[in-house]
Parts: sequence; structure tokens; C-alpha cells
Amino acid sequence: MSVSQVNNPDFKARASEFISKKALKREYFIYYIFIAVLLLFAVALHDTAFFSFANFMNIIRQTAPLTVMAVGLTFALAVGHIDLSIGSVVALSALVGAVLLQHVGTPLAVLGALSVGLVVGVVNGLLIERLQVSSLLITLGTMGVITGLARQFTNLESVPIINSNFTGFFGAGEIFGVPSLLIWTLIIAGIGYVVLTKLAFGRHLLAVGGSPKAALAMGIQVTRVRIYALVISSMAAALAGLLYAGRLHGARYTLGEADLLTVIAAVAIGGTSLFGGRACIIGAVLGSWLMGLINNGLILSGFSTNEQMIARGVILIAAVAIGVKEMKNG
Amino acid sequence: MVRTALDQVALELSNLGKSFGPVEALKNVSFKINKGEVVGLLGDNGAGKSTLVRCISGIHAPDKGEVKVNGTAVQINTPLDARKVGIETVFQDLAMIPEFDIVDNLFLNREIKHKNPLLAKLGWLDKKAMQKRAKKAINRLNSRIPSFDTQIQSLSGGQRQAVAIARAVNWGADIVIMDEPTAALGVEQSAQVNELINVISSQGVAVLLISHNMQHVVETCDRAVVLYQGESVADVAVDEVSKEDLVALITGAKSQAQIAEIHAA
Repeated sequence: MSVSQVNNPDFKARASEFISKKALKREYFIYYIFIAVLLLFAVALHDTAFFSFANFMNIIRQTAPLTVMAVGLTFALAVGHIDLSIGSVVALSALVGAVLLQHVGTPLAVLGALSVGLVVGVVNGLLIERLQVSSLLITLGTMGVITGLARQFTNLESVPIINSNFTGFFGAGEIFGVPSLLIWTLIIAGIGYVVLTKLAFGRHLLAVGGSPKAALAMGIQVTRVRIYALVISSMAAALAGLLYAGRLHGARYTLGEADLLTVIAAVAIGGTSLFGGRACIIGAVLGSWLMGLINNGLILSGFSTNEQMIARGVILIAAVAIGVKEMKNG
Repeated sequence: MVRTALDQVALELSNLGKSFGPVEALKNVSFKINKGEVVGLLGDNGAGKSTLVRCISGIHAPDKGEVKVNGTAVQINTPLDARKVGIETVFQDLAMIPEFDIVDNLFLNREIKHKNPLLAKLGWLDKKAMQKRAKKAINRLNSRIPSFDTQIQSLSGGQRQAVAIARAVNWGADIVIMDEPTAALGVEQSAQVNELINVISSQGVAVLLISHNMQHVVETCDRAVVLYQGESVADVAVDEVSKEDLVALITGAKSQAQIAEIHAA
């Protein structure tokens, strides 16, 4: 191709059109992977119960807390933050909810558990803004603090939940034959989708993540938007804690312990940028189902927990590699 | 050519000053811009041009002095304040979100909300209305822009500049401040931007143009205000002085009075 061809505005327009089409493809990336993994396991595990409605429902139920966390984390990532404290919030919120249920009714217990998320989110947000330190370090610190609190709260003991109202509503029950965990997943994903794609607030979140300077110049209250994003992320984790507690009829400090890596991998592979400015809720949901699918498939194939952890790590690195490569090209 | 047909003062600055700790970035800046007039703001690096732009657009609040818009004294402490009184700024980096498309950038933080009042309260966007108005805003400038869902990062520099100017004008701004609009552009694209400046000033918009490029100032501006070490030291009609005069004013080699004397002689 000649130089004049490169400088031709028409050529440039076509080139940029091509690039934006490629970006479009990135959004669909998760769909391709999802179907590929599904087919792979369907063939490899054709003599098991893998490819059955019951198993898929089971996967959705198991991953519901992860999906809720993934939707929340997508908000933090949208503004360019990472939230490492979500796993620890799951444990503390579940424990607070379970302990409160021994004394008060479901509504108050739920309120108490969710306020764990609210407080952690506000503290994370204020610390990051006041100290002007990266969210990675601050939430790493708060993760440590909250993990310690959760372990100390009940002296490492599990707290059973016998309140059937609570367990029915938050995980074990069904409404018209639809598992409540599926309903929670759909509601949270639906709200997340509407906020990010239909509301002005969603535009502001992504604007802050895309270019904080530009957002500030356009009069967006960048600090406030960033704090809101961390509160959303943290409160979603608190809700995930309740979903775990409901499904397992009890809470334990280990809840959510291994979820952080899974959730980050799920969100990253779903097309949300780890550096802010681009977020995809449907991708986060599909990403978390993909992680559930892989987990389930690996278990049915006879792989151990250790090997599943390795697989999750590899997926995260692959997802990040794709994201970074695209950023350099974009 | 002095375009003061409307002869109404759009923006008036008197004795504006701004310090950062011990550093007095702006000492004493005073000048006026009439409606439909294009005024160039000249000055060496560190003369205070950027600080002045930031003071007028609400990024910094000035420590002293007065800003009058259309004859009324105004307080500008935030970017929103500036917008409310009709001042729009086209920043050097254009203040655009690279990942957003043209429409989303045009309406950033000024989105058109849904007609349903309940949804509007939630902040639900009326994307169709925004599309429509974006088309109008771009057409007003006779600009050629590919499709409106193109991401800003895949537009050319001139096209981005056009979108940024369209955004400023779209909000019915009376005063548009442009910070080095052609700094990163080629010859052809600079000419397009000059054309845009002509279009908006002919629509009655007062333009303050910050530029390093003397040629650009001479071509597009009616008057030039020169900043030297945080002070406005000269205010001249560009067709009454030479480029050499302007350079002498910028470097502080001569004062406005000296230049007037030479011309009178």
C-alpha cells in the first residue's frame, strides 16, 4: 500500500470503521467462548449428566452469588477501580446476617448485613480519594481487615440459620417453581444493565473511568461517582453473602474466600476493561456462568479443586491478555 | 477588520489575579470581548494563559478581580458555574471520553432525559432525542462527521476538534474559549477549524482563542490580548500591528505605547 493511500481520509475512515467493528467483536467474544466451552464439555462428558437442564439450573444456582458480585465489580471497574475486598465482605455480611437472625427478624438482619457492604464501600471510597492511593492497595488493606474481623466475629465458628423465611427468600426457595437464586441473578443483572446502559449515571461512571480529567472538565463530580461505584461493588458483595447464607442455611468465615479470583476472571472475560471506561453487564453474567460451567465440567471430569484453581488463574491471565492486546491496538 | 457590529460586551475581566502558594500565576489581567468578536490571547510559556483559561472556565477560582458576563458580575467557582453563565471551553485535550461515541460526548453531563417524568427522575436517557440534536449541532457547523456512533478515538484530530466546538456551541454558549485548537492539527485541518471559528463568531458568539501560532491569530482574530508574566500588557487590533510587533509584545521587548509611537512616526 502506498503512502498516499494511508493518508487518504477515506482510507482512514474505512480503517477506523474496521477497528470499531473489531471492538464489536470483542463484545461478542464471551458468547463464542461460552458456546465453545459448552460444546467441549458436552462432547467430553456425553456419558454424564452434564448436558441436562437440571445440571444447568444447578450451575446457575451455585454461581448466583458470583454473578451478583460480578455485576457489582463491573461498576468498580467501570470507574477505573478494582475492589479486592469483595470476597471478605461476603463472609462478614453473611456472618452478621446469621448472627442477627438469632435475635431479630429477616428484614432487620438483611439491613444489618447490607450495611456491612455500605460501610466498607464508603470507607474504601473515602480512603482512596483522601489518600490518593490506588484502589488496588486500599482494598487489599481493607480485605485484610475485614477477613480478620470475620474470623474474630464468631471465633471461626459457623453460625446456622434456621429461619426458613430467610433461607427461602435468599437461596434455598422457589417462586412458582423458579429458584429464588435465579430470580436474584436476573434482578441484579437487570438493574445493573439498566443503570450502566440506560441511565445518565451509567454514562458518568464510564466517563470517569474513560477520562477523569475530561469528566471533571464537563462538571461531573468525579470523586462522588467513584465512591458510589465502590459502594455498589461492596453492597453487591454483601448481598452475595446473604445468598450464600440462604443457600447453605448458615454462615462461615470461609464464605467468599476463593471467589475474588473467579469474579475478576469472570468480569474480565466478559469484556469489561480492567482499566476503566468500558463495562459489560451481560458479559459479566455470562462470564460468571462460564466460570461455573468450567468448574462443574472439571469436577465431572474428575479434576481436583487444586486443578480448578489453576484453570481459573489461567483464564484470568488469558482474559487480561486479550484485553491488554486490544487496548494497544485500539 | 473589527467585527463589533453588535458592539455589546460579552465578557469583561478586570484585575483578575490567581496565586498558587507563593507563585503569582496571574497578577492583573483586564480585557473585554464583544459579541461576535474573536480575540486572540497571546503569551509566552508561563505567561499565565492556561491559568487564565482555567479561571474563566471554573477549574480554578480566581483570588481577586471581577468577571462580568453580558454586563453582570458573576462568580465562577466550578465548571458548571461557567456553563450556567454561558461560557464554554474547548480544552486543549478537548475533554472528550475516547471510548464514547460522538453523541455521548456531546451530551456528557447534559444528557436529554426521557419524556416520562418518573424515568427522567431516574436519569433515563432519551437517546433518540440526543441523536437528533447532535445532528443539528454538527450541521450548524457544516462539518463532515462520519456516523454518530463512531467512537471519538477513531476520529481524526480535526474531526475531534469539530465535535468539541459543536459541543460548546450546542449549549447556546455566548462565549467560547479555545485552548490551542490547532496545536495538534495539520494545515488542512487547521483551516477547517479557522472556518469553524468564523462560522460561530458570525453567529454572534464571542471567541477567546489561546494560541502560540502567530499566523493563526493574525488570520482569525480581530484583536489580540498579550499576557506577560501574569499581566495583560497589550490589547491591539491585529490589522494595526505587524507580527514582529506581536512578538516584541510577547517577549516584553516593547510595550504597546512604544509600538503605537513607532506606528505614529
